[in-house]
Amino acid sequence: MTAAQEWIHICNLDDLVADSGMCALVGERQVALFYIPEQKQVFAIDNYDPVGKANVLSRGLIGSAEEKLFVASPLYKERYCLESGECLDNDELVLDTWQTRIDGERLLLDPQPFNRVALKQAG
Amino acid sequence: MNKTRLVVVGNGMVGHQFLQSLADSGRLGDFEVTVFCEEPRLAYDRVYLSSYFSGSTAEDLAMGKIEQYREWGLNVLISEKVVEINKADHLVVSDKGTTLTYDKLVMATGSYPFVPPVPGHDREHCLVYRTIEDLEAIKASAAQGKVGVVVGGGLLGLEAAKALRDLGLETHVVEFAPRLMAVQLDDMGGALLRSKIEALGVKVHTSKNTQQIVDGEQCVHRMEFADGEVLETDLILFSAGIRPRDQLARESGLAVGERGGIVINNQCQTSDADIYAIGECALWDGRIFGLVAPGYTMAKVAVSQLTGGESEFAGADMSTKLKLMGVDVCSIGDAQGRTPGAKNYTWLNEGDGTYKKLVVSPDNKILLGAILVGDAEAYGTLLQYMLNEIQLPEFPESLILPSRNDDAQTGLGVAALPETAQICSCHDVSKGDIREAVSGGCCSVGDVKGATKAGTGCGGCVPLLTSLVNHELEELGVEVSHDICEHFAYTRQDLYNLVRVGNIHSFDELMEKHGRGGKGCHICKPAVGSILASCWNNYVLDTQQVKLQDTNDTFLANMQKDGTYSIVPRIAGGEITPDKLIVLGQVAKEYNLYTKITGGQRVDLFGARLEQLPDIWRKLIDAGFETGHAYGKSLRTVKSCVGSTWCRYGVDDSVGLAIELENRYKGLRSPHKIKFAVSGCTRECAEAQGKDIGVIATENGWNLYVCGNGGMKPRHADLFATDLDKETLIKYIDRVLMFYIKTADRLQRTSVWMENLEGGLNYLQEVVINDSLGIAEELEAQMTHVVETYECEWKKTVNDEQALKRFRQFVNSDKPDSNVVFVQERGQIRPAREEEKAEPIVMVG
Repeated sequence: MTAAQEWIHICNLDDLVADSGMCALVGERQVALFYIPEQKQVFAIDNYDPVGKANVLSRGLIGSAEEKLFVASPLYKERYCLESGECLDNDELVLDTWQTRIDGERLLLDPQPFNRVALKQAG
Repeated sequence: MNKTRLVVVGNGMVGHQFLQSLADSGRLGDFEVTVFCEEPRLAYDRVYLSSYFSGSTAEDLAMGKIEQYREWGLNVLISEKVVEINKADHLVVSDKGTTLTYDKLVMATGSYPFVPPVPGHDREHCLVYRTIEDLEAIKASAAQGKVGVVVGGGLLGLEAAKALRDLGLETHVVEFAPRLMAVQLDDMGGALLRSKIEALGVKVHTSKNTQQIVDGEQCVHRMEFADGEVLETDLILFSAGIRPRDQLARESGLAVGERGGIVINNQCQTSDADIYAIGECALWDGRIFGLVAPGYTMAKVAVSQLTGGESEFAGADMSTKLKLMGVDVCSIGDAQGRTPGAKNYTWLNEGDGTYKKLVVSPDNKILLGAILVGDAEAYGTLLQYMLNEIQLPEFPESLILPSRNDDAQTGLGVAALPETAQICSCHDVSKGDIREAVSGGCCSVGDVKGATKAGTGCGGCVPLLTSLVNHELEELGVEVSHDICEHFAYTRQDLYNLVRVGNIHSFDELMEKHGRGGKGCHICKPAVGSILASCWNNYVLDTQQVKLQDTNDTFLANMQKDGTYSIVPRIAGGEITPDKLIVLGQVAKEYNLYTKITGGQRVDLFGARLEQLPDIWRKLIDAGFETGHAYGKSLRTVKSCVGSTWCRYGVDDSVGLAIELENRYKGLRSPHKIKFAVSGCTRECAEAQGKDIGVIATENGWNLYVCGNGGMKPRHADLFATDLDKETLIKYIDRVLMFYIKTADRLQRTSVWMENLEGGLNYLQEVVINDSLGIAEELEAQMTHVVETYECEWKKTVNDEQALKRFRQFVNSDKPDSNVVFVQERGQIRPAREEEKAEPIVMVG
């Protein structure tokens, strides 16, 4: 993990919709944000659906499978874990994720994405 | 190894089955196969020939496909007829001069229609009913006349009569015997069938011996009968039985029967051991089998014999189950009770129009035969009793008497069937085969169908197959789970009742009281959202509801492949003023939307970005449009023809009724989408019989059809009630729809729902028309609530700041999505393909 994290202010919690998704533009990247008030947390994953090839994941439906929270793509219904970005229906698909932090009413995000596969491969 | 040179003469249904079985055997490689097909097209389904007049094409009926035959490596000669077989030199010669040497030859030459040699039988417009060419001739001839006669009241004759009726002719059936279907039915069954067919407008004349056919006075022909009566008609269709096509065999010196037919032994060999004959041209044990199933069995026997197997033909059961012009008719075994000492049990219900008869052995133990007219439900059970000689219950009549409420079920339990019991006669699948498939891992009827082909022919055995598969699964200890998903241990119906009875108004409340915890999922959340909307009709985008909806319901539009949306405003009944049409054009132009007319008589506007939806809708609402619910599992459209207002033929105002119905039921959330149509006369231009709810105007009111649909698996709607006044019509529709919403499964269309209701259409009629459950008032009150609380979701949304929050691409920027790119095609936009996108999206790693 990078030593110095740079947090940027994306929006306020009030701009998000509880248990539902919104999208943010972070540099060139589209980041899907999911606000789960119960856990006081906002999850951030890539908005690009690699199967449907469109920027739509923020408009998917949130659900849980066993303990994992997921979003189901609105196009072809693949489920992606909100925490890890891993696709629950296809082992080969992993989305980038971002770290977020709630600071009072403000949502902060580290613009440096994680890619689990890249991390794993890097050892 | 040298390949066996195999020549197949004839490519009808049986000839095709022979090739299919040979391919299935995996031994095609041992043969060099040449197929002679005399007709200009390869094998097609003659059983469903009459559907050619109700919309099927030659393509739909086709069985043999040239690509398939080529893949199998067959040498196929179309429009070529074998005219000579030289047994001594093993040669065949065709009418085009082809000469081929064979090692083995299979004759599948079929049969031809028998035309009684009465004087005048060869006049113009005297036709037969056997091939697609015959059908084309019938169609051409029918176009010039008004009246048609079918000579022959057997199974094929009645099929042919249906064809003439479908062509719009005044239709008569002339039968020599004193009753219809003389071979399969008895007098009482024949009489009931006759009354049913006459009620459909076909005139039946029995005991009529045609003496000659001469010029008519009003029509083309006049038929003169032995009893002195006459009948005038423009078209005569002979369907008086079939005769085996054995001429080639006869000329080649093969043994034929006295009354025709190529003689075969149990191996399906003719008098020459290298020549086989199968299907309707073959004579086995002095009998010709004029049904397709025995022909298929012979085809399989011949394949087995040619590939070193030992299968033999042992005769075939000629029991049949048919639907003739919508009337169920079944005949099993010794239907006429010819066995000495046989006892009959009969049940005639003139009220319902059903007739059932059992023929039982003298000792009352074994079922010998049966007849069913008007109600075919018992067919599967009775056939198994007969075929397997299962001992009858103490009172055999219990098998055909109607069960009264609390009586124990009298049907035969699947457990009682022996291993060898044939469940599917079309594909010869036994109970043992099905048990094997289930223990081999098949977990549903669909799996078993795929693995064994059972139930994929005529479909008559599916109810039996279903109970057998469920029974086997239970035996294996497989619990058949009906839970909707991991979050609720309930079916959709259970959840509906829990919501209704518990007065539950939110997903969270339902989860807390009845769920297993968690956030729900993409299966239970939309289902519960739909149930809440059906019950309470709350705004779908309020804070409790919004998270339940799939994207289409969240954004009140239909997401397309590139993430943009399409918009369909409601155009009730397909009626639209020029001014409103202009507004649609202006809006589409302003936002550069692709426009297309839908099948439901509306206009679909494509390519709207998420952030554009509210603006577009403000403009549409200002012009008087409402949401069309194209995104919801709800009422879509009520299609209509122009009706009596303009049409020369219309008998009532179909547009007016369509608009009234669409406005009544718009916004109704349901387990799946619902489509309606209203036609102003029987010409049915609105295609109401392909809809969930179809209404057709009659001289005396409205006919109501229910549970039809188009799509992947089209289903013709069933006639539910006739000649209704408008008030009753709406009352029935209210009840049908609410009962559907109450009891259907998630994503179950009305067609599948009704087929799964125990008792099907009759049961639904009982509930809706006769209020057998005593819930009619409740259903109506529930519908009234939904109708009275309707509001346009878009109207509400454009004025709701909270709901509008999600209608933007980015929470922190006003930029559009750079990955949405359009190109021009035929003067409009379409989404760019990946390779066409000017700037590929940057994927930072």
